Amino acid sequence: MTQLPPLSAVKLGLVIDLDTCVGCHACVVSCKGWNTENYGAPLSDQDAYGANPSGTFLNRVHSYEVQPAEGHAQLVHFPKSCLHCEDAPCVTVCPTGASYKRVEDGIVLVNESDCIGCGLCAWACPYGAREMDVAEKVMKKCTLCVDRIYNDNLPEEDRVPACVRTCPAGARHFGDLGDPESDVSQLVAERGGFDLMPEQGTKPVNKYLPPRPRDRSEDVDILAPYLAPVTDQPKGFVGWLDKALSALPGGK
Amino acid sequence: MTYSQPQIDLSPAVSDEVRQTTCYMCACRCGINVHLKDGPDGKKRVAYIEGNRDHPVNKGVLCAKGSAGIMQINAPSRLKAPLKRTGPRGSGQFEEISWDEALELATNWLKPLRETAPEKLAFFTGRDQSQSFTSLWAQAYGTPNYAAHGGFCSVNMAAAGIYTMGGAFWEFGQPDWDHTKMFVLFGVAEDHDSNPIKMGIGKIKARGAKVVGINPIRTGYNAVADDWYGITPGTDGLLILSLIHLLFKAGKLDLTYLARFTNAACLVNEDPKSPQHGLLLRDEDGKPLVIDRNTGKPAPWDAQGIEPDLATTWRHKGVTHRPVLHLMADRYLSEDYAPEKVATRTGIPAARIRQLASEIARTAFDEVITLDRPWTDFRGHRHETMTGRPVSFHAMRGISAHSNGFQTARALHTLQIILGAVETPGGMRFKPPYPKPATAHPKPHCKVTPGQPLNGPHLGYPQGPEDLCLTEDGKPARIDKAFSWENPLSAHGMMHMVISNAHAGDPYKIDTLFLYMANMSWNSSMNTEGTMKMLTDMDDNGDYVIPRIIYSDAYSSEMVAYADLILPDTTYLERHDCISLLDRPICEADAVADAIRWPVIEPDRDVRGFQSVLCDLGHRLGLPGFVGDDSGAKYKDYADYITNHIRRPGIGPLAGWRMGETGLQDGRGSANEGQLDSYIANGGFWMSHVPDEAAYYKPFNSAYQDWAVKMGFYDSPQPYVFQLYAEPLRRFQLAAEGEGSHQPPDYLRPRIMALMDPLPIWYAPMIDGEKDPAEYPIHALTQRPMAMYHSWGSQNAWLRQLHGHNPLYVPTKIWEENRFKEGDWARVTSPHGSITVPVAHMAALNENTVWTWNAIGKRKGAWALDDKAPEATKGFLLNHLIHELMPPREDGMRWSNSDPITGQAAWFDLRVKIERSAAPTESQPAFPPIKAPVAKGPSTLAWKVGK
Amino acid sequence: MHPAPSVILFTTLSGLGFGLLFWLGLGMPGPTGVVAFVFFAIAYLLAVGGLLASTFHLGHPERALKAFSQWQTSWLSREAWASVAALVVMAVYGAGLVFLGTKWTALGLIGAVLSIGTVFTTSMIYAQLRTVPRWHHWTTPAVFLCLSLGGGALLAGQIRFALPLLALAGVAQAYTWITGDARLRSSGTTLASATGLQGGSIRAFEPPHTGTNYLLREFVYVVGRKHSRNLRVISLTLGFILPIVLLLLPFNHILAGVAVVSHLAGVLVARWLFFAEAEHVVGLYYGKRTT
Ligand SMILES: Nc1nc2c(c(=O)[nH]1)N[C@H]1C(S)=C(S)[C@@H](COP(=O)(O)OP(=O)(O)OC[C@H]3O[C@@H](n4cnc5c(=O)[nH]c(N)nc54)[C@H](O)[C@@H]3O)O[C@H]1N2
Ligand SMILES: Nc1nc2c(c(=O)[nH]1)N[C@H]1C(S)=C(S)[C@@H](COP(=O)(O)OP(=O)(O)OC[C@H]3O[C@@H](n4cnc5c(=O)[nH]c(N)nc54)[C@H](O)[C@@H]3O)O[C@H]1N2
Ligand code: SF4
Ligand code: SF4
Ligand code: SF4
Ligand code: SF4
Ligand code: SF4
Ligand SMILES: [Mo]
Repeated sequence: MTQLPPLSAVKLGLVIDLDTCVGCHACVVSCKGWNTENYGAPLSDQDAYGANPSGTFLNRVHSYEVQPAEGHAQLVHFPKSCLHCEDAPCVTVCPTGASYKRVEDGIVLVNESDCIGCGLCAWACPYGAREMDVAEKVMKKCTLCVDRIYNDNLPEEDRVPACVRTCPAGARHFGDLGDPESDVSQLVAERGGFDLMPEQGTKPVNKYLPPRPRDRSEDVDILAPYLAPVTDQPKGFVGWLDKALSALPGGK
Repeated sequence: MTYSQPQIDLSPAVSDEVRQTTCYMCACRCGINVHLKDGPDGKKRVAYIEGNRDHPVNKGVLCAKGSAGIMQINAPSRLKAPLKRTGPRGSGQFEEISWDEALELATNWLKPLRETAPEKLAFFTGRDQSQSFTSLWAQAYGTPNYAAHGGFCSVNMAAAGIYTMGGAFWEFGQPDWDHTKMFVLFGVAEDHDSNPIKMGIGKIKARGAKVVGINPIRTGYNAVADDWYGITPGTDGLLILSLIHLLFKAGKLDLTYLARFTNAACLVNEDPKSPQHGLLLRDEDGKPLVIDRNTGKPAPWDAQGIEPDLATTWRHKGVTHRPVLHLMADRYLSEDYAPEKVATRTGIPAARIRQLASEIARTAFDEVITLDRPWTDFRGHRHETMTGRPVSFHAMRGISAHSNGFQTARALHTLQIILGAVETPGGMRFKPPYPKPATAHPKPHCKVTPGQPLNGPHLGYPQGPEDLCLTEDGKPARIDKAFSWENPLSAHGMMHMVISNAHAGDPYKIDTLFLYMANMSWNSSMNTEGTMKMLTDMDDNGDYVIPRIIYSDAYSSEMVAYADLILPDTTYLERHDCISLLDRPICEADAVADAIRWPVIEPDRDVRGFQSVLCDLGHRLGLPGFVGDDSGAKYKDYADYITNHIRRPGIGPLAGWRMGETGLQDGRGSANEGQLDSYIANGGFWMSHVPDEAAYYKPFNSAYQDWAVKMGFYDSPQPYVFQLYAEPLRRFQLAAEGEGSHQPPDYLRPRIMALMDPLPIWYAPMIDGEKDPAEYPIHALTQRPMAMYHSWGSQNAWLRQLHGHNPLYVPTKIWEENRFKEGDWARVTSPHGSITVPVAHMAALNENTVWTWNAIGKRKGAWALDDKAPEATKGFLLNHLIHELMPPREDGMRWSNSDPITGQAAWFDLRVKIERSAAPTESQPAFPPIKAPVAKGPSTLAWKVGK
Repeated sequence: MHPAPSVILFTTLSGLGFGLLFWLGLGMPGPTGVVAFVFFAIAYLLAVGGLLASTFHLGHPERALKAFSQWQTSWLSREAWASVAALVVMAVYGAGLVFLGTKWTALGLIGAVLSIGTVFTTSMIYAQLRTVPRWHHWTTPAVFLCLSLGGGALLAGQIRFALPLLALAGVAQAYTWITGDARLRSSGTTLASATGLQGGSIRAFEPPHTGTNYLLREFVYVVGRKHSRNLRVISLTLGFILPIVLLLLPFNHILAGVAVVSHLAGVLVARWLFFAEAEHVVGLYYGKRTT
């Protein structure tokens, strides 16, 4: 159904830590692998070995440079997949009802057998989270690995999205953002998690944790006492050594 | 209206079967779960690959390459059958032949050679993980010319670590990720320890502890570092010595640790006239002496109950001997290392150097970690706790791949050691079977006897000039000139010099070049174009200067075209492999572990695992150790070797599930026919935990030493102390000063005297000479992209979309000076050559440094890619600008572009100038396409194995 | 946005066709018999042709019927209903004129409303998209409606109405272009809001992939400023100025024909610009837009 369901109490989503993401693309490829073999049509690639290769990916990692007025430029790796918005414009624009938001957990999905491939939902998504598969001609998007997170065939601890399970840096967290007590909600609260493009009014469920302040040791010379010289005399080191050693085991 | 939504299957079957093996999309060797489903033909197909949660290396996570394995094992670039060259070398014209024919041919080439001049076979391997096996084969063959690729990779890091403290990073050791409070990373983009470093950084960040990055480029790990120091390439040694200077000055040294666990208290002969000058005072048994603070008398360093004294000097036979620490104080208290003195050169302001030093000091001395774990040291002292200074370091090629890298890496280890932060909680920890001092390793061997094996292992750690690999007349005995006066401590050989030396016939000509898994006509050579010429060059008779080339690759790489005979390998999911404790193990600081690969799928082509081929070839050549009692093959294949080979009594390639007297046991034991099955049942690896009381202080800890003996790392306890003062280096200096019977050629004396200093020093990268080369003001570097492995990634349909070409990243200052715009191209020139390539702007970069991703550029025709692939038209290699020799000196002599101590290839010493250029149609230099032995890949991929 | 020929054709032709139907529904002109047949044939060719063209950009046109299901929320679905309703009603009305010579005025009025309503729903498909600030504005339906009414009037030979409506459409179009250029900037969506990064100026460093992808192809079309200025002039001239001048000349079928062709060409250019110049906010992530 294209209408958004009544707000669910459970809001499953991801929390992505921009302080920790090293930009390794592990999440990108494991997502491609899992979703090629699982939910719906495979994520195809065109001109795979040719001059202009291009394929469907549900998760992509950008990188940005932040140049402060003073000091060194910083680099931030920035993974982005569907944010499973509460007010998902991609759902309401869909003419067929193929795009829908699940009642139970708020996951936004495409029912591929209903999709006419009009592309409108991708137009409506501000985040670039939907890609039309060129081979299958249906809309693809992050499924939040709905076929993993409830999958009885997987051991309990593996019932998390493929990208979360694989992230080597632990920069991706999965959980219920509707529950203020959940680990992910706590993390968002502690670290000041934020929404992307809040002005678009989509109310994303996924949150981003900001990079911690960088290059702070430049600010002040508070640590100077640690470098106070032990002696002013050029040859005084051995004298100091003698003194220092006498305090140690076996000292005189 | 009620809301209705489709019914979906939330619990689809994930696969029909899971087989657990070891990833080889790179050398990190993570454990993987390979999910298989039945394909349309009923054969098992790989459907999905994920990390193995139980595996010691990756604990479930997997990198981009690992997850893209499906595209690798199905890549159209896979070689299909043995190939014999039909056209001229380099043309890529081949005919497919049978394995019998291929092995006959190889035997006919190699057998006569062995009977007459085995050194005319040069056998060099790339980044494989079977060096303990390939070296055994080469030793049995009898050639001294064997090594793996370590010499151009990171021997500086390895050798400096082994000589200083019995191990370095990656396979040797790791930070104590669970306890460290400050992690300082020097010059690493990715490293071999790919996933563990990321997991470690993730752990540190989750605790809110500090990560510091020292790197000219701020990407990846350096991008997440809390503090970044954009150092000028090649100057880390100076920065580190300045930190050491500040710590010495402030007395921020762990004196107890230095006294007990390092050779800081050992006594150095101070008499310039003594033949022993600069060597350690030893007793009759050759044991270095210290002064015992309990008695005030000299005692062997390891005597029970003593407390070595750091303060006292000692006169012996009229010669004053001073503790090593005094020599260090003399040197490092010098104002030459004051931050103000090094700031300009390193590009780091003095104030920031002080901040870094004080933060290190604060963390090390104010945030001490104490674990309630009693332990006993080798002198019999019982310690109630394990105490650590939670500052840890890690480094790799950023400091290693410079011609001053050995001494820089020594400086870094010295810094860790004076803080007391090695093998203590929160610091750097070794992974069993390391630590292992240089003296516990073999020495290099090079004695050739036609028809006989070599007199011992090829590679090792020389202790002095008498251990070099020289002929009677003092010339290099090895084709790569490793272990010669030019590069005395080249512990991993010098693969980057093999083709160039063989082509020049210097020190001698060879007959057959046998290469395995190394793309030597492309990204792994310096001077790529020159290398292609050398490989195809003919003499006056029209014969190739390098007469024969045999090569084993699994894919249609650039190198394939340059071989006469190709032995096609399987992919990593189709063969047995053994990641052995005899080689480069996968251990963790808390556990010893080894692993296997096994054929989780069968090859659909006429290819064979290279190690199995070597077993066969060894038998055909009649090599000792490869012929069974009945003169049949000793090993049917590599699996047979892995199971049944015995290296020393009780020790084989794998340490798990060995046969003991009462049943299966760890470490030692005889061969067990079911061993591989046990590995497979256990997920492809074996692991045994280090006992708690043995977990830290490993070189000094009796409990660890006993456990190590039990495990078979060595046959008796071998405690040792860290070598802040590296005596072997001093022995070379003494020789250069004229002492002893082994004498270097005169032209090398000054350099050996100056550079082989037993205490870490810094000198400018060799190519810079004394001052910064004004004509080539810019440093040019490469970095590994996390999602690509050297040249292998581009054949992978998923990975090549991430990095299909590579711009040259240019810092803001140079960008603006040249008025570059997006989409521009530039001509980049080094003393050796020039390239024309696309540029892009980057602000988070040292202002005198440009860089690009490594090995993205491809030759047209290779890797089953289209000739118009962006890898070939926009991608490029920096290698064209780097020569294996440095520019001629005043005397006309050209030294190899390597570290003068270890022979490490100095990739990152490269200096260039840059100017805007009109956009060419493709990156320059461009080469004509090579003909490929494989067909091009399909256009569309829609991969799905299950229905 | 990617200026897909199918969508440009669709919106242009169907706009014109439904515009013509609108005037026919009002009985302006009110021919019967063969003349009516010709008028209706032209209108249906344009409207249905346009709709058919639009299905070319569907991945699965065979499932097009499903698009009727979501009229409650989806403007595309509403457009489907509106267009079918308009076409059916006008077909009945037209049949009366052609075959029976009868004019069912009320039915015609309903058809006229449905026809122009269809154009409105089409315009709302674009105007509703917050992601494309240039479109997300009342001017989008205004321009669509003016164009449809003006073009329809032109085809219907309603010069009286065509002249002011074309002039209005031209002004509306020019106004949209001028104000549209600033709309991304004033939308409040920037690379900073897109990434949430703070503490300095933000610049896209490396894109996620070195190659292209669906998003770049579909949303990150960039037109040069100079190019765009020239095309705007061409579009205004062909689409509005020239037809108006021709209509002001003494009536002549050839001139009227030229006016129609010129108008159509001008609108096609305008429509190409409508897509090509539209900045989707996702371009910010790729550093392809500056705000
Ligand atoms: N400019 C620049 N150049 C560099 C470096 C740098 O930093 N900058 N780094 C240097 C370093 S450290 C290294 S280690 C080298 C690496 O350079 P190489 O060792 O040449 O590495 P690869 O490109 O991985 O190529 C190895 C070859 O192994 C083949 N191969 C892959 N899998 C298999 C297999 O299963 N079996 C067999 N038989 N073959 C296989 C591949 O097809 C390829 O041809 O590059 C060096 N070159
Ligand atoms: N994904 C992936 N992983 C790999 C490989 C791969 O190809 N791909 N290759 C493997 C191999 S063979 C190797 S040898 C390792 C190498 O792993 P790394 O040591 O990480 O090697 P590089 O990527 O060459 O990175 C060198 C880093 O040092 C920095 N650097 C250069 N010069 C200096 C300097 O003077 N000072 C400092 N402080 N930094 C400097 C560079 O900016 C760069 O960040 O990676 C291994 N792991
Ligand atoms: S991110 Fe885009 S696709 Fe996902 S729910 Fe939000 S609007 Fe829809
Ligand atoms: S592309 Fe498919 S999912 Fe998207 S709006 Fe059209 S029909 Fe709905
Ligand atoms: S949750 Fe699943 S589908 Fe979504 S990005 Fe992660 S791996 Fe891809
Ligand atoms: S896997 Fe984790 S660290 Fe790597 S790019 Fe994705 S989020 Fe970042
Ligand atoms: S780091 Fe990646 S490629 Fe390397 S072994 Fe591990 S999973 Fe495989
Ligand atoms: Mo390497």
